Amino acid sequence: MEATPSIPAAPKPWTPPAANAPVAAPRAPAWEKFLPFIGPIVLFILWDLAVRTGFIKALLLPPPLDAIGALVKGLFGGPLLKDFLVTVWRTVQAFLIAAAVGMPLGVLLGSNEKAYRSVEFLIDFFRSTPSSALIPLFLMIFGVSDINKVAIAAFGAFLIVVFNSAYGVINARKQRVMAAKVMGASRWQIFRDVLVWESLQPSFVGLRSAVSMALVIVIVAEMFIGADSGLGNRIINSQQVMNVRDMYASILAAGALGYALNILFLLLERKIVHWSGR
Amino acid sequence: MSAVLNGPVFADVPKPVFSPGPAGTHITIRGLTKYFAGWPLYENFDLDIPKHKIVSVFGPNGCGKSTLINMIAGLVPIDSGEILFDGKGLKDTKIGYVFQNYREAMFPWMRTIDNIAYPLKLEGKSKAEVDRRMAELVASFDVKFDLNRYPYELSGGQQQTASIMRALANGPEVLFLDEPFSALDFEMTLFIREKLQEVFVQTGTTMLLVSHDLEEAVYLADQVLLLTKRPTKVAEILPYGDARPRTVDTLSTPSFVATKKLSLEIFQREVRR
Repeated sequence: MEATPSIPAAPKPWTPPAANAPVAAPRAPAWEKFLPFIGPIVLFILWDLAVRTGFIKALLLPPPLDAIGALVKGLFGGPLLKDFLVTVWRTVQAFLIAAAVGMPLGVLLGSNEKAYRSVEFLIDFFRSTPSSALIPLFLMIFGVSDINKVAIAAFGAFLIVVFNSAYGVINARKQRVMAAKVMGASRWQIFRDVLVWESLQPSFVGLRSAVSMALVIVIVAEMFIGADSGLGNRIINSQQVMNVRDMYASILAAGALGYALNILFLLLERKIVHWSGR
Repeated sequence: MSAVLNGPVFADVPKPVFSPGPAGTHITIRGLTKYFAGWPLYENFDLDIPKHKIVSVFGPNGCGKSTLINMIAGLVPIDSGEILFDGKGLKDTKIGYVFQNYREAMFPWMRTIDNIAYPLKLEGKSKAEVDRRMAELVASFDVKFDLNRYPYELSGGQQQTASIMRALANGPEVLFLDEPFSALDFEMTLFIREKLQEVFVQTGTTMLLVSHDLEEAVYLADQVLLLTKRPTKVAEILPYGDARPRTVDTLSTPSFVATKKLSLEIFQREVRR
């Protein structure tokens, strides 16, 4: 009986095919960097064509360069800048109120699940109610004032923050809580050293949605609650007098503001919640 | 005329008298009962775990190996029964626990060194004391990686090494290890196994190890605790006394092979039952 099978002598050891090729890290071609710009450029070309060919009347849609020109001119010292800053300031106020009240409250509610369950319906109900539907109610309470716009935006944003922070604590990794417990941490120490940190990432998701929500409500409130300033007010005023160029400039300004806020919060989240997704 | 009209249907069952384990017992478990979804997982379970020994827990799937050590460590509440550490309760006992899933056991918002020092900070130790103990641990584990990094920046084996260091930081009386190697690659498993053995030889800390790998369970153990299917009982406690430090050569000694073979036979008997 043959005990060991004979191994055929290999003529030459196998070498990987690219063993001798110069080693270089694979790099994305340079043009890939421009991919994000393709969409906007195509949109602007289509927009321009639509106006030029008369497909859409210039009365309703100005040429893109006119709108952008009005935006740039308005933001660099023009009257648009003042309205822009007013809207930013209202949004920031509403957001700060929502975050300062909502985050601690959410974390507290989340760490006591019974407390959260008892108010869950209220939070979910008002979170699902379009905040703009509550504008008349807030009008009755606060009157036609600046506080009113901030208050209703803060209310809408607050619900989002509470909900996300509370769920962040409720869904904290059970094993981290157990790890702290087994090391002899008290309830307060578990709360301070684990639950608060675990809730940071979902809280940031909440803060990011909340700032968008605050901006939406501020703009709506500026349109319909007798405002005399702000981007919403400017948009509706330009529409009334058919100043489409200024209207589109204001819309673009509002869009840029929302986009910038979103990016800002993404960057903040990456900086503060450095462990997220790792 | 006085008569008891509605007397109790059942007589009160007297509480069984507490009987201590043999000399050298560290953890005494008496009358442990735990129901899981209405079914008994443990019923009137008694066990003595010896001091300064490593006990490996091995048994069929779903017999509650991890639940057993979690109940002893106080992570899973028990329905009834008594668990004593040298006659003390859990809250007077220092324990360390190493989880299988190191990723979800470390705190990623703290640097690794702060993770390891965390149990000492909970005890309110001064910075000097913490630093001294950290230096000691780093030396005894011969740490080659940067502990100032965050846990998620380390490899799996390094993270598990750090979690073992954390579990040992405050000099626990008992160390619980719940499948500490199953999320690691083979090389790291070997490395950490040797580290654990070294620590045991140095400190003599009582260890309870849950393992799904029989070879590993026997290799590290002074006693192999074999469990039955649920409701879980002790099937057998096998002593394994080869001298430490055990090495790769130990794996081929007759006593090791015999213990492993016997464990496997008992395991198979219990699985088929």
